Amino acid sequence: MKRRQLIRMGATSLGVSIAGVPLHLLAQGKKGGTINVLVQPEPPGLMMGLVQNGPTQLISGNIYEGLLRYDDKLNPQPQLATSWVMSKDGKTYTFKLKPNVKWHDGKPFTSADVVFSVDVFLRKTHARLRGNLEAVESIKALDPLTVEFQLKYPFGPFLGMFENGTMPMVPKHIYEGTDFATNPANATPVGTGPFKFKEWAKGSYILLEANPAYHVAGVPLVEKVYYHVIPDAAARAAAFESGKIDIVPGGGVEYFDVQRLAKLPGVAVSTKGWEFFSPHSWLWINNRKAPLNSVKFRQALMHAIDREAMAKIAWYGFAKPATGPFNSSIKFASTDVPKYPKDIEKAKKLIAESGYKGETIRLLPLPYGESWQRQAEMVRQALTQAGIKVELVPTDVAGWNQRLNEWDYDLAFTYLYQYGDPALGVARNYTSQNIAKGSPFNNVEGYVNSRVDALFAAGARATDPASRQKAYLEVQQLLVEEVPVAWLHEINFPTLYRSKVQNPISSGIGLNDSMGRASLA
Amino acid sequence: MKRLQYMATRVLQGLLALLVIATVNFMLVRAAPGDPVSVMAGEAGASDAQFVAQLRQQFGLDQPVSTQLGRYLAHVVQGDLGFSYRQQQPVLALIAERLPATLLLTGSAFVLSLLFGVALGAIASRRPGSWMDSAITVVALVFYATPLYWLAMMAVLLFTVQLGWLPGFGHMTVGADLHGLARLWDGAQHLLLPALTLALFYMAVYARMTRAAMLEVAQMDFVKTARAKGVAPGRILRAHVLRNALLPVVTLAGIQAGGMIGGAVLTETVFAWPGIGRLMFDALLQRDYNLLLGCFLVTAAMAVLFNLLTDLVYTLVDPRIDLH
Repeated sequence: MKRRQLIRMGATSLGVSIAGVPLHLLAQGKKGGTINVLVQPEPPGLMMGLVQNGPTQLISGNIYEGLLRYDDKLNPQPQLATSWVMSKDGKTYTFKLKPNVKWHDGKPFTSADVVFSVDVFLRKTHARLRGNLEAVESIKALDPLTVEFQLKYPFGPFLGMFENGTMPMVPKHIYEGTDFATNPANATPVGTGPFKFKEWAKGSYILLEANPAYHVAGVPLVEKVYYHVIPDAAARAAAFESGKIDIVPGGGVEYFDVQRLAKLPGVAVSTKGWEFFSPHSWLWINNRKAPLNSVKFRQALMHAIDREAMAKIAWYGFAKPATGPFNSSIKFASTDVPKYPKDIEKAKKLIAESGYKGETIRLLPLPYGESWQRQAEMVRQALTQAGIKVELVPTDVAGWNQRLNEWDYDLAFTYLYQYGDPALGVARNYTSQNIAKGSPFNNVEGYVNSRVDALFAAGARATDPASRQKAYLEVQQLLVEEVPVAWLHEINFPTLYRSKVQNPISSGIGLNDSMGRASLA
Repeated sequence: MKRLQYMATRVLQGLLALLVIATVNFMLVRAAPGDPVSVMAGEAGASDAQFVAQLRQQFGLDQPVSTQLGRYLAHVVQGDLGFSYRQQQPVLALIAERLPATLLLTGSAFVLSLLFGVALGAIASRRPGSWMDSAITVVALVFYATPLYWLAMMAVLLFTVQLGWLPGFGHMTVGADLHGLARLWDGAQHLLLPALTLALFYMAVYARMTRAAMLEVAQMDFVKTARAKGVAPGRILRAHVLRNALLPVVTLAGIQAGGMIGGAVLTETVFAWPGIGRLMFDALLQRDYNLLLGCFLVTAAMAVLFNLLTDLVYTLVDPRIDLH
């Protein structure tokens, strides 16, 4: 132990809070009652190790847990692990697990479940985690309540990937030796979380019930949580307005309805709970072809687009202009980067210098609803004003994925999560080793810069914050200067809820963390 | 015997038509950009070539399209509609789970539209040009011309949000744990708005069609003869005019019945009705090939079935029609 440095003893935080919620707040919560939450679209499945889309995480975050949680400053908090230490060389992490934790079927949760979950199950099924697990050499159960992760090299963001969406614990006794995808248990998920799966009426609702044997005393507070499936956006707004729904998660209704519904009596709105995801929007720019391969042309795009106006009009104020590739809520974000205020004249000058010959630029809107359509119209208008010929190419989600997978676009809207750390959620979009057809989330723009590659690698492999900060500041400045993509906004996904629901959001992953700490007044 | 022979031939023709439809649908669905793997990898928030290849192999999408088609048809003729990639369940089970809700909704709408549409058309035709005729014609025209989606939204806003008279979402009060009559009453309340909304369009069509056909039949010689013989006006209307005017209505009803399962997508979406229309729409967005093809096939089968039933109903309405 002498060679190991204590990073954080999660148990120390228990003195003032239970897993991120101050004790005085939990004490106020009334026991019992039912909360009705909206879910859209209906999830394809609830087994969190197999399905990682938003709706699944929203519901299954109540059922499955990770070793850690994160507060709104993204500090790790205990969940299934009570403490964790990192060796001095940054290559060994040892987690102590919480004793007496039981799966929903009554079997004990042990270190064998952790090794199976990460090394066997998720390595095979979790598209995002598999990439990050490349840094992990081995995972060992030292005793029933101790797990050791041995890394190939120091990996700075390692402690940032233990929440339930990235690394959900799955029961070894149910899945070992089976075909994970077709295991019948997927229909009745078993986790360690504060709620147990009860019923799924397809096309209608999913019902969860309180887990009486949950390992945190006094949690959960409510007895039942219903997740209602309402496919139409206007109907979802009407359902909240009529009182059928208590909580509308971010993105559940159109932004113009958020403004209207937030003014109803007894309704609260919160933008908290997205700190870990830090949704960041931008325009992919296909760097492979003229005139988009010209830095001047790309800089002109930044000057032509009025991101302030888009934030006010399309996002109704629930967004702010992005200053570069790092969302301001993730680690090592800096505003010490070149600026691109709206300046049509400058944009025209840069376009003229870029050698643009009047080619038509194809712009793909994001097929996620009205707000994105309005933004596409605004961008087209701005670029037309700057002298660029733009054609909107509408697609559905599958078509949009396909076009980006095949690099068949000129400009395309997107937004991605950044997962709290640049090594987990930013580097993938700018490093040259991430240029590969078949994914709409890697370096889709085809930007190549060996210095950028080296800086992201240095930032990821350093463990002391100062070294990481240095590498990431330089990479931000370099990227913002060269504009491989046109950053648009840091987006807020406001949660609407009735004021009678107390404490619905208690961590940096918001509603995805669970409704365990929520209560009814 | 002749009728049985006719039926057997028609059933065989229907099955062949379904096979052709399944093939055409298969090719059409494959022609749309994107596939289930790209959607699923997209949802995971990250993907690599190896992961994508693994999924394609798992779903058999790495095989040539002709091989995939052959396999699909071989399963279909055995009554196996395949496995849903995304929902990890057999397609037939998914459809069977959702079909009753759609049949209840569309069946109710069908009955409502037919009964009220024919009745209104008959009433309007009694005195052409009267205020009643004009009122029915105008109302029918308005409902015929109003987009279903808008009508549904207005119904929800008025009767659910503003007045609070009727539930506007789902097919039951979730969590109410009702039984017996209370459950039935709750279901009927939930059914009313979506069924009425869906019924209004066809009600308008039936009303206009019945009115026109009855006016035409009323001018025919046999009606004049009946009048001259002193048959009561009510009886002439029911037994002579209406019955002879029903053939075009039956034709349209057959078309509506065949298409209604697939046609309830919008209504099911607005009212969060857990039916097959929404299942089909979600499958389309997610390129869940097998589920989408399964839904298409079931709706096509319904169309074929109702087409056959319509032919049989013709003979009941008009005995002069002979099946051969």
